[in-house]
Amino acid sequence: MGLFSLTCKQASRLQSQALDRELRLSERLALGFHLGLCDACRKISMQMDFLRRAARAYRVSDDDSGN
Amino acid sequence: MAAIQGVQNFAGQSSIRTWLVGILKHKIIDHLRRQSREAPLQTDADEFSLEDLDGLFKSDGHYAEEPANWSSPDAALNEKRFFEALERCMQGLPDKSAKAFMMREVLGMETGEICKELRISSTNCWVLLYRARTALRLCLEKSWFGAPARP
Repeated sequence: MGLFSLTCKQASRLQSQALDRELRLSERLALGFHLGLCDACRKISMQMDFLRRAARAYRVSDDDSGN
Repeated sequence: MAAIQGVQNFAGQSSIRTWLVGILKHKIIDHLRRQSREAPLQTDADEFSLEDLDGLFKSDGHYAEEPANWSSPDAALNEKRFFEALERCMQGLPDKSAKAFMMREVLGMETGEICKELRISSTNCWVLLYRARTALRLCLEKSWFGAPARP
């Protein structure tokens, strides 16, 4: 995977994996470079991060409701 | 059984939270099992292949449709109805993807533990989580965040 050749499709896989494992340096660089240029993928990052917050908050709301 | 083993594993550093998470994990997995009896199951191969998501991208790897702007999404976290929408979206996920997402993001389990629980490789685990995140993103976009704003 070249530093400058990441597509949105490849970026989206890495964006998800970044939440589950430590990316290699080459992956971090390629993703960082791509995100610097790509509005669409920045939105995807924000949405995936939000899903994590929402899921954690879902657990809390589930505990509170007591059912 | 997993919860009991979990409690034993954590016996040295046992805490109420660990115990609660064990119970909740059970509850979620039971729920998913029940639901998977009611809904037709996709086979593993379907869930581990991402071909069905190819339509999101053009052949050059760009998004076919620009992802929507979710303006101040965190406001949704104060709304009970949002969690109902999230739950419906999670219920719409294929079985293993739903379990993987629940374990990873709701329960905060490590990927390694999830692979063991589902008896799959890390690579397949990442695929399931990617599938779940993508499907949830699209589902919430439709059911909660409304139609995407077009520039």
